[in-house]
Amino acid sequence: MSSETGKILTTDGIPLEESLKQAEKKNKIKAFLLVAPLLLFLIITYMIPIGDMFSRSIDDKMVTNMLPKTYKAMENWDGKELPSEEVFEAFYLDYKILVKNKTAGKLQTQLNYEKNGFKSVLKKLARKQKKFEEGNYKEQIMKVHKRWRNVEYWRAIKRRAPSYTYSKYLKGVDMYSNEDGKIVQVSEDRRIHRILWIRTVEVAFFVTLFCFLMAYPIAHLLATLPMKYSNLLMICVLLPFWTSLLVRTASWMILLQQQGIVNDFFVWTGLVADDNRPEMMYNKTGTYVAMTQILLPFMVLPLYSVMKTISPSLMRAGKSLGATPAVAFFKVYFPLTIPGIGAGCLLVFILAIGYYITPALVGGASGTLISNQIAYHMKSTLDWSFASAMGLMLLTGVLAIYWIYNKLVGVDNIKLG
Amino acid sequence: MSKKADFVKFDKVDKSYDGKVLVVKDLNLDIEEGEFVTMLGPSGSGKTTCLMMLAGFETPTNGEIFLDNNPISNIPPHKRGIGMVFQNYALFPHMTVFENLAFPLKVRKMSQEDIEKKVDKALSMVSLGGFANRMPGQLSGGQQQRVAVARALVFDPSVVLMDEPLGALDKNLRESMQYEIKHIHESIGVTVVYVTHDQGEALTMSNRIAVFNDGKVQQLSSPDKLYEEPVNSFVAEFIGENNTFGGEVSEISNGTCKVKLEKGEIIANPISVKSVGEKTTVSIRPERALINPKDKMDNNQKGKIEEVIYHGDHTRVRLNLLGNSEFILKVPNSSQNLDIKLGNEINIGWNSHDARALDPK
Repeated sequence: MSSETGKILTTDGIPLEESLKQAEKKNKIKAFLLVAPLLLFLIITYMIPIGDMFSRSIDDKMVTNMLPKTYKAMENWDGKELPSEEVFEAFYLDYKILVKNKTAGKLQTQLNYEKNGFKSVLKKLARKQKKFEEGNYKEQIMKVHKRWRNVEYWRAIKRRAPSYTYSKYLKGVDMYSNEDGKIVQVSEDRRIHRILWIRTVEVAFFVTLFCFLMAYPIAHLLATLPMKYSNLLMICVLLPFWTSLLVRTASWMILLQQQGIVNDFFVWTGLVADDNRPEMMYNKTGTYVAMTQILLPFMVLPLYSVMKTISPSLMRAGKSLGATPAVAFFKVYFPLTIPGIGAGCLLVFILAIGYYITPALVGGASGTLISNQIAYHMKSTLDWSFASAMGLMLLTGVLAIYWIYNKLVGVDNIKLG
Repeated sequence: MSKKADFVKFDKVDKSYDGKVLVVKDLNLDIEEGEFVTMLGPSGSGKTTCLMMLAGFETPTNGEIFLDNNPISNIPPHKRGIGMVFQNYALFPHMTVFENLAFPLKVRKMSQEDIEKKVDKALSMVSLGGFANRMPGQLSGGQQQRVAVARALVFDPSVVLMDEPLGALDKNLRESMQYEIKHIHESIGVTVVYVTHDQGEALTMSNRIAVFNDGKVQQLSSPDKLYEEPVNSFVAEFIGENNTFGGEVSEISNGTCKVKLEKGEIIANPISVKSVGEKTTVSIRPERALINPKDKMDNNQKGKIEEVIYHGDHTRVRLNLLGNSEFILKVPNSSQNLDIKLGNEINIGWNSHDARALDPK
C-alpha cells in the first residue's frame, strides 16, 4: 500500500513526485532555454567584467614577477637588519635583466610608490651596475648609494612580495599601510577621496529627497486625473526621458551659467544685482538641479504605478469616517504609497550614487562625484587597478544599501509597475 | 421623541457635470428618521450621484440638501457625520479589522477604552467577534462586507449611506447579507439610504423605494405598492415582470376603460389616461393572468402556447395573445393538471383592475 511507504503512487505505480517531475521536465527545459540567452549575456557582460575588475583591483603581480629571484631569496629574511649577500646577489641579477629588457622604469615607479626617493637610487644602480665585478654584491651595491644601507628600502621591496594587495582599497578611503605594516590615514591635505565619498552620498541623498518631493504630487496628479489629461502629463514626464542625456545636461548649462537665462531672469526681476550674479553651475548647485531633473522620471514612474492601484474610494471612506483631508491623506493614502516610495528612492539613490556625465559637465571642482574620480583614473592616470577598486567599493556600497533596505522594508514590498 | 418626517431632505436639487446635461433633475425627496430608503434605477439614472451629494463628495449644481433641517451643501464630508459603505468596501488594506473600525473613533479623539468597547460591540453586531486582528486581505468578500458595514456604523452616525454594497458578492451570500443588513437596521434604527440596481434587493430590504430614471424619481413608495401599483410604464417595466399591450383608449367610464388594440380589445384600469383617444400602454403582471379561471373575470382571451420553460417551483409559459407573442404566464407548480403543451390553445383571464392603463411607451 502506498500509505505504508508514505509515498503516493500514481495508478501506474510510479511515485507521484517522480511522475510530476517527469511531466514538468519539458516545461522546465523550455523555461530555461527561454532565459538562456539573457543568462549568457549577463555572464559575459556583467559577471566576467566584475570578476576581472576584482582581480585587477587586488592584482600586484607586476613587481613580484619582475623580481623573482629576490623574493625567493628574501623568504628567510626577517626584515630587522640588512639582508644577506644572497638577497643582494638575487636583486642584482633580477635588476640586470630588467635593465637589459628596458623594463626597469616600471619597477622604479612602483617601488617609488612604496618609498619616496627609490627611483633615483634605482636609476643610479642601473648606470653603475654595468661595471660590477662578480661576487660580493652586497658591498658593491651599498657603495653605489648610501640608501642601500638603509633597511627601510629593503623592507619596501619586501612589502611588494605578495601577488595580491588590498592597498588600492585603502587608498580609496585615504589610508595606506606604512613601513611598519600598520594601516594609517594619509596626511590631512591629501585626503581627497573621503571628501568625494561623503559628497557622493550627500548628493545622492539630496537628489533623492528633491526627486521625491517633486515627484509625489506629479504622480498623484497622474494617477487621479482623467485619462486625456493624464496622458498629456505622462508625455511631459517622459519627454525628457526620451531626450539625450547629453542634450539635457547641455541645456542646463545654457540655463544655469552666469550669463544664462535663469540668471538673466533673476536680474530682470531685481532679485539679484547684475554685477553679483550667483554661480549656479560648476558647483554642487548645478549638480543638484541637473541630476534632480534627469532622475525625476525614475521616481515618478514607480510612485505612479503604485498610486494607480489605490482606489479613490479609500480617501473618500477616510473622509466619510470623519478624518480631515490631511489626516485621511497621512493615515490612509500615504502608507499605501510606501512601496512606491521605497522603489523610487532606491532606484534614484542607486542611480545617483554612480552618476557620471552630469556631474562631469556641470559639477565643476566642487560638484564632481566618486564616479568622476574613477573615470579620471581610468582615462588619465591609467591606474586601472585603483579605478577597479573604487568601482567595486561603489558596487559594494550599493549592495549594502539594497541589503539594508531589504532588512528594513522588505524588497518584496517594492513595486516598480 | 417623534420621528422627523424630513430628516433628510433633497430640495429642488439639480446636478450637472458638464453644464450641458442634467444628471439629476429637480429632485425633491424626504426621508424619515430611521427609515430604510432605497434608490433604485438603471445605471446612469443619477442615483449614485444623489448619494454622493448627500455624502458630500459632489456638490449640487442647484438646490439644497438638508440634514435634520440644516443645509449641508457647504459642509465638507468629514464634518457631516454620515457613515458610508462603498461598493468595493474601501477597507484600509494596511490596517487590521480593529484599526479599520477604530479609525473613525480615533479621529474623533475618543479614549482607548471607549474605542475598544465600541469596536467590540460593532464587531459582534456583524458576528465577526474573533476577527479583530485580521487584515482585510485575509477575509472573504462577505466578511469584508460586514466589516465595512460595522465601520460605517461604529461611530453612531445619524445616516448611513450604502452604495451597491452587495454588488460584488455571489447570489447566496448576497441574499443572506440582505437579511443581515435589514436586521441591523431594524435593531439600531439608523436612517439608511441604499443605492442599488437590483430590484430584488430593493424590494426585500426597504421601507420605501425611490425608482430613478433619467435623473428623476419616477415613483417613491413602499415595495408592495411599487410592485402592485406602478404609476407609469417605466416603473412597471423596471420592477418585476410585466406584460404590455400598446393601444388607444376607446371608452372611459368610472374606474374602467376599454383599450382598443391592433387585434381585439381589453378592459383596463385607467391610471394615467383621462380621455378617449389617448394612446396608452396596458400593463399586466404575469401572475395576475390565470389559465382557465374558475371565477368570472372581465377579460377572457384565447392564446396559443409558444414556449414552455420549467423553473422548478413554477413554469413559465410564453403565449401569443392578442397579437402579443411575448405574453408571459407564471404557472405555479402544483398537482393541478393543466393542458400546458406547446401549440395548444388555452383560455386566459384577468381582472380589469390588474390591467393598468399607463402612459404610452
